[in-house]
Amino acid sequence: MSQPPRPDPWHGLRQLTAARIGLGRAGDSLPTQALLDFGLAHAAARDAVHVPLDVPALMAALAARGLATIEVGSQARDRSEYLRRPDLGRQLDEASREQLAARPERAGDCVLVLADGLSARAVAEHGPALLETLLPRLAGWSLPPVVIARQARVALGDDIAEALGARQVVMLIGERPGLSSPDSLGAYLTQAPRRGCTDAERNCLSNIRPAGLPPVEAARRLAHLMGAARALGASGVQLKDDSGPARIA
Amino acid sequence: MGYQHVAGGHRYHFADLRAVMACASPARSGDALAGVAATSEAERMAARCALAEVPLKRFLDEALVPYEADAVTRLIIDRHDPAAFAEIAHLTVGDFREWLLRRETDDAALARVAPGITPEMAAAVSKLMRNQDLILVASRRHVVTRFRNTLGLPGRMAVRLQPNHPTDDPRGVAAAILDGLLYGCGDAVIGINPAGDSLAAITDLLVLTDTLRSRFDIPTQTCVLTHVTHTLRAIEAGAPVDLVFQSIGGTEATNRSFGIDIALLAEARDAARSLGRGSVGDNLMYFETGQGGALSANAHHGVDQQTLEARAYGLARHFSPLLVNTVVGFIGPEYLYDGRQIVRAGLEDHFCGKLLGLPMGCDICYTNHAEADQNDMDTLLTLLASAGVNFIMGVPGADDIMLNYQSTSFHDAAYVRQLLGLGRAPEFEAWLRAMGVTDDAGRLLPARERHPMLGLATELSA
Repeated sequence: MSQPPRPDPWHGLRQLTAARIGLGRAGDSLPTQALLDFGLAHAAARDAVHVPLDVPALMAALAARGLATIEVGSQARDRSEYLRRPDLGRQLDEASREQLAARPERAGDCVLVLADGLSARAVAEHGPALLETLLPRLAGWSLPPVVIARQARVALGDDIAEALGARQVVMLIGERPGLSSPDSLGAYLTQAPRRGCTDAERNCLSNIRPAGLPPVEAARRLAHLMGAARALGASGVQLKDDSGPARIA
Repeated sequence: MGYQHVAGGHRYHFADLRAVMACASPARSGDALAGVAATSEAERMAARCALAEVPLKRFLDEALVPYEADAVTRLIIDRHDPAAFAEIAHLTVGDFREWLLRRETDDAALARVAPGITPEMAAAVSKLMRNQDLILVASRRHVVTRFRNTLGLPGRMAVRLQPNHPTDDPRGVAAAILDGLLYGCGDAVIGINPAGDSLAAITDLLVLTDTLRSRFDIPTQTCVLTHVTHTLRAIEAGAPVDLVFQSIGGTEATNRSFGIDIALLAEARDAARSLGRGSVGDNLMYFETGQGGALSANAHHGVDQQTLEARAYGLARHFSPLLVNTVVGFIGPEYLYDGRQIVRAGLEDHFCGKLLGLPMGCDICYTNHAEADQNDMDTLLTLLASAGVNFIMGVPGADDIMLNYQSTSFHDAAYVRQLLGLGRAPEFEAWLRAMGVTDDAGRLLPARERHPMLGLATELSA
């Protein structure tokens, strides 16, 4: 009986990269363990996209930190429509728009939005921790309740801010999951938001997760960017962006 | 002038050739998003029936994107070769499909008529063709290109070694390159998508890959896939640039959104050629494309995404590239929704590119929000390898940890070589044999504890 496949002799190089190197071969093909490892990672990424955001649980997590919340939805009615029609994910549904327009808070300094985007898991797991670090750094800011948004794209934040009359919006949104990063959160900051804003008017922090940019560090950098945008009255290319390359969900 | 077709007692009208083309296109989410797709299967077939009757000559008279408004249209029309076209000038789109499928239409015949085929003609006939037609015709066409090795010869398939790393860490990149080489991959190019785009970061990666290539005397080329303006700056700064990479699209406005135009591409090609780094040829442009790019840039002119993709090839062939890569499933499900749409698009792109005379490769890939998985990639890989694709990607374990999507792996390349008996670029194959990576038949040897290149691994780990 032949030997079962072993990792390649250079398997130790995996300490230098998260790439799937030195896997070994069964014949010329993948060993079973490598096949299963890949399948597990893909399943986690697929679930990140398709398992819906547990809004009551997120609201409870924020309430436990003393934060009031409002829930809204985009015009995309389900995941399938959300994936096919990014334009619908950028617009509030009518009921949500009316709900926000009827709120007493007007002309807030910033509305903070927690959005499912392409990974509900990212916002559920890292959103509350990020806010917990961020909010103490925003002393003196007038902030409406935190908005929780379903079936949301980045630009839904513009619609939310316009309906609430907020002067700035920060979207904390689940990013497109990779096999090694099913829980990556993005933060998109827009000063003077309005429907039709372009991506050039935003600043972005991406890859927010414990194994990437840790939520506490992200909160520190975000607070700095928010303050700078408020002072400048603008965001995007006009504001020095010390984040990585922008990735728009 | 309108177009129409009667089917099932219903008369279908199409306002112009653009509408016939869009409605005739196999279903995909991007055309629905753009609002140009057929609204029923019956309408789609009626459009195909109408399209089959359209004379090829008509495409020279009715531009889908206006000549006055678009530099890509002008390039296509101004460079059209009437002498090459003469052989097929009397055909309709439907006749053209049959002409392509004749046994007499061999590599030489396809090469002869290529300068007479516009991208729109290629797209049109592809819309009438089944997957097997796209595979069969493309398999007859061998587009050979050269820089430091010879790519595209019959019975061979090359691999781009894609050693991406989320922070461009040189040791992480080198480890992935070593892994790929020891799996017999890298003849198309060792090509890195950089995470950073500063001149310093790009130069570092260019020097790293060129140093590795020189040290082991590897007959291949290296590339850092950055914007053409960055590559020009790197050339001016004296960095070792083999290939000029750029993403391109099928309309002038798409290319403007990418920050390029035809003159800039020509300037970069000339600058890289002046370095004289190719040893067996001077094909040195590396283009990437993908259906949906024009809509994504809001620059689609109401034209369907597959036709616009073919127009990008019309631009590419002007520059005699070494490699053209359709990154078929990267853009996401709003353009190609699932495995079925991705497979179809990959076969269309490969066919249209080959028909126009391009060295077509394919990044057989998907994102995690598309309804696709590695089984769909296996299907497309097997079909494209059967169709004679020039090259595919080789990503460690198919998992790109920088771009967060899945492509094909070194193992996938080994699978399809074994299945279909495909070799590598001959110069690279000889090098692998000399290095003890493969046997005389090109098969991977068992991994050795004391391989000469593993000395590098020891240095990296130190």
